[in-house]
Amino acid sequence: MRCDLKKKSSILKSLRTGLLIAISIIVFAYAFQVTNVNFETTRSEVRITQLTRVLRALAKPELVQYDTTEEEISTPFYLPCPDTGEIEEIEKNTDEAYIQTSVICASPKESITVEGFNMAANIKGPINFLAASGVKRQLANFETNNEGYFSVDVVIPTRQPVAEAQYITATIRTTTGLPKWTDTAKATWYKIIETVFIALLATTIGTAASIPISFIAARNLMKDSTSTPTSTALNIIGFPIGAYLGYIFSKWIIDLLSPFEKNVFVTLIGLIISGLIAYFSIRKGLPSEDIKKPTTSVKFQRFAFIFIAGVMTILSIILFGEFTKLTGKELENVLGPFSFLGYALFQIGDITLMLVPAITAIAFGGVVVSLFNKVGLSLQDNLNTKILKIINVVISTIAGAILFALVMAVINWFYQFNNQRISLYYPVLIGGFAGFILAAIAKPKHPLPTGFIIYTITRTILNALRSIEPLVMAIIAVIWVGIGPFAGSLALALHTIAALAKLYSEQVESIDDGPLEAIHATGANKLQTIVYAVIPQIVPPYISFTMYRWDINVRMSTIIGFVGGGGIGFLLQQNINLLSYRAASVQMLAIAIVVASMDYISSKIRERIV
Amino acid sequence: MLEIKNLTKVYEGNVQALDNVSFNVQPGEFLAVIGLSGSGKSTLLRCINRLVEPTNGEVIWDGVDITKAGPDELRRIRRQIGMIFQHFNLVERSKVLTNVLAGRLGYTNPAMSLVNRFSKNDVDMAYKQLERVGITDQANKRADELSGGQQQRVSIARAMMQNPKIILADEPVASLDPVLAHSIMQYLEKINKEDGVTIICSLHFLDLVHRYANRAIALNAGVLMFDGAPKEIDDVKFKEIYGKEAERVG
Repeated sequence: MRCDLKKKSSILKSLRTGLLIAISIIVFAYAFQVTNVNFETTRSEVRITQLTRVLRALAKPELVQYDTTEEEISTPFYLPCPDTGEIEEIEKNTDEAYIQTSVICASPKESITVEGFNMAANIKGPINFLAASGVKRQLANFETNNEGYFSVDVVIPTRQPVAEAQYITATIRTTTGLPKWTDTAKATWYKIIETVFIALLATTIGTAASIPISFIAARNLMKDSTSTPTSTALNIIGFPIGAYLGYIFSKWIIDLLSPFEKNVFVTLIGLIISGLIAYFSIRKGLPSEDIKKPTTSVKFQRFAFIFIAGVMTILSIILFGEFTKLTGKELENVLGPFSFLGYALFQIGDITLMLVPAITAIAFGGVVVSLFNKVGLSLQDNLNTKILKIINVVISTIAGAILFALVMAVINWFYQFNNQRISLYYPVLIGGFAGFILAAIAKPKHPLPTGFIIYTITRTILNALRSIEPLVMAIIAVIWVGIGPFAGSLALALHTIAALAKLYSEQVESIDDGPLEAIHATGANKLQTIVYAVIPQIVPPYISFTMYRWDINVRMSTIIGFVGGGGIGFLLQQNINLLSYRAASVQMLAIAIVVASMDYISSKIRERIV
Repeated sequence: MLEIKNLTKVYEGNVQALDNVSFNVQPGEFLAVIGLSGSGKSTLLRCINRLVEPTNGEVIWDGVDITKAGPDELRRIRRQIGMIFQHFNLVERSKVLTNVLAGRLGYTNPAMSLVNRFSKNDVDMAYKQLERVGITDQANKRADELSGGQQQRVSIARAMMQNPKIILADEPVASLDPVLAHSIMQYLEKINKEDGVTIICSLHFLDLVHRYANRAIALNAGVLMFDGAPKEIDDVKFKEIYGKEAERVG
C-alpha cells in the first residue's frame, strides 16, 4: 500500500516536473516572439558596416584638435581637350612636391591617374577638381607611402567646356602647434560639472529631507507609540485646525512685515531682536533642570514663554529669509566673479520664505495636537468609562468627518467633481459614520497603535514614490520649472528622498536595541533617545548610504538630460540624434570617468568611516 | 517603599512571563532576584520602570502607582530608577563621558540636551562618578574601546548620574569573568551601603547572592517561589526554584 502510494506520487512528481518544463519552454518561446529576437539582422552586411563605422567613431572621441595649415599643389588640366594646337606643358620643379596627371586633357567621365611626388611621407588629403568657375569638387583621397609618393585613379567630372586650363589639386594639411581641446570637449566639460552639481544638490536636499522621514518609517521606533482613542480623535481634529491657524498666522505676519523688508538694516536688527527674544523665552520656558513637579501656574507661565519663543522664532525665520534675500541681491552686484555666492544666498532666503507657511502650519498643528493630547489624557484619567465612551463617540464622529473631508478634498483637486455632494457631503457623512462605529466598538481606554499606522502610511508613500522613475519625475519637473538643471535636481532630489528614507529606516531598524532601552530607562524622552541612542549608531551607515546615493545620482543625472533635466545627457542625446558619434563618444567618456571616480571615492570614504 | 502587587505580564502569543507576583522592597535593601533563564527576572525588573508594560497589577512606589503614571510623571519616576544591564547597553560609538552624561537626560531640558549641551554641574558630576568607579582616564575614549568590566563600570556611573533611589540590575555580571563579577558587585555593594540606594539585582550564581544580598526572591516560570534571606535557600528550596534536575554549582 505504502509502496504504491510512493510510486503514484513519484509519477505525479515527474508529471509535474514535465509540465513545469513545458510551461517554461512555452514562456521562453513566447518571449522570443515578443522581444522580436532576430539574429539574421545581426549578420546583415549593411548593418555590420554601419555598426563598424559607429563603433570606430565611438572609439575615437573628438577630444583634441590641431591648428592646420593647408598647402595646395596643383597641375593644370584641360577639359575637354582643345580641338586644335598644342597644349603648353609647364615645367615642374621636381625638387619640390608636385603632382602629375597621366594625361593633361580628357573628356568628362574619363578615368585618369594622378600621381604625387616628393611629398611628405604617410599623409592623407583630398584631390580636388578646381573648375574655372572656382568651384571645387573632391575627386578622391590620396595617401602617400613612405617615400612621399601616391598614385590615385580618378574620374573627371562633367563640367562646362572651357578653353583655358582648369586645375587638379592635392591639398596637404599639416598640423601645427600643440593639440587643443575641441569645442565638444569644452562643452562636455561644462556639462559634466553641471551634472556633478545636479547630483550634489539632489543628494544634499534628499538626505536632509529623508533623515527625519526615516525615523518615522522605522518600525522599531514607531511600534511602541500608541495613543488612546480619545487622544487620537482629538489629534485628527486638532492638527488640521492648528495647521490652518498657523498658515493664516504666517500669512498675517508676512503681510505685517512687508513694509519693513526693503531695508537690509531694518531686517537685520529685527532678526537679531526677535532671535534674542526667542532664545531667552526658550531659556525661561524650558528650565535646564526640572526638579519638582511644576505647579499649574508655573506650567502656564512656561507655556506662555514657549509660545512667545515660537512666535519670535517664526518672525526671525521670516526676517532671516528677507535679510539673506536682500544681502544676496546686493552681493550679487558687488562680488563680480564670486557673484554666485550672492545668488546662492538669495535663493536660500527665498527657499526659507517659501517654507515659512508650511513650517508654521506644522508647528501650530503640533502645538494644538500636544495640547489636545494632554486634554485627552486627563479626560481618560478623570472620567469613568461610560462618559468617556460617549465623549469618544462624539469626537470620533467629528474626527472621521474631518478626515474623510480632507482626503476627499485632495481627490477632488485631481478629479474636479464640481459637485459639493460628492466632494463634501458624502465624505463627511461616511467619515462621521465610520468614526461613530469605530468608537462605539472600540474599548474607550484601549490604546490604538498610532505609531504603527503612521509607519505604514509613510512606508506606503515611500514605496509608491520610489517606484516612479527619476526620468518620469524629471518630465513633470520640467513642466513645473522649465527645461534645465534645476528640473533635474528636483526630480533626483524627490527620488533620493524616497530611496534614502527607505534605506535609512532599515538601518534604524537594525540598530542594537540595548542602548535605546538604557537611555529610555534614564527618563529620557523620545527625542532625547533618538539623539543619544539612535543617531550615534546610525551615523556610519547613513554616511555610507549617502555616498552610495550620490554615486547613483551622478549616474542618473547623466541621463536625466534626455528629458530636459540638464546635465550632460542633453549633449549626449543631441549628438546621438545628429549622428555625430565622435562627439557623443566624448560625453560617454566623461560619464565613464566621473562615474568610475565617484565609485572609487565613495567606496574609499565608506571604507574609512565604517 | 516599593510595593509590587499581583504583577502579571502576558506577552503576545500568550506567553506568561509573570504570574501574580507580589512582594515588597524596603529602602536600602539589596534584593537578589534568582531563577532560571526565562523565568521572568528581566521582565519583572523592566515592569518596575515600565520598559515593559505590565498586563495587570500595581507597582507602588512612594504611594504612586507607576503603572498608571502619565508620560511626564513616568519620566520623573524613571529618572530616579537607575538601570544596569547584562550587556551594558552603552552607546558604543559615543564617548564614555557622553554615555555617563546620558544618565542625566531625565533631568535636563530636552531642548538643550538635543544639541549635546550639558551644564557644567552635570559634567563635573560625570567626572566624579567616573572617578568613583576608577576610570576617569578613559573619559574621552569611545565606549567600545573599553573592556567588558570597564564598560559595566561606565554603566554604573551612568546609573548613578540619575541620583537614583533604586538601581535595577539585570544580570549585571553574567557576561563577565568571576574576578570582574566580584569587582562589579562590590561597586554595587558600595553604592548600596554608602549612598543607601536600594538595589534589585537579578543573579545567576548563588554564591554571589549569599555574599552580597540581604534578601532574595526566586521566580520559576513567572511565579514567585521564594522570598526570604539568602541563607534560607536549602537544597529543597533550590530544587523548587531551579527544577529537580538542577545541581548546585559554586
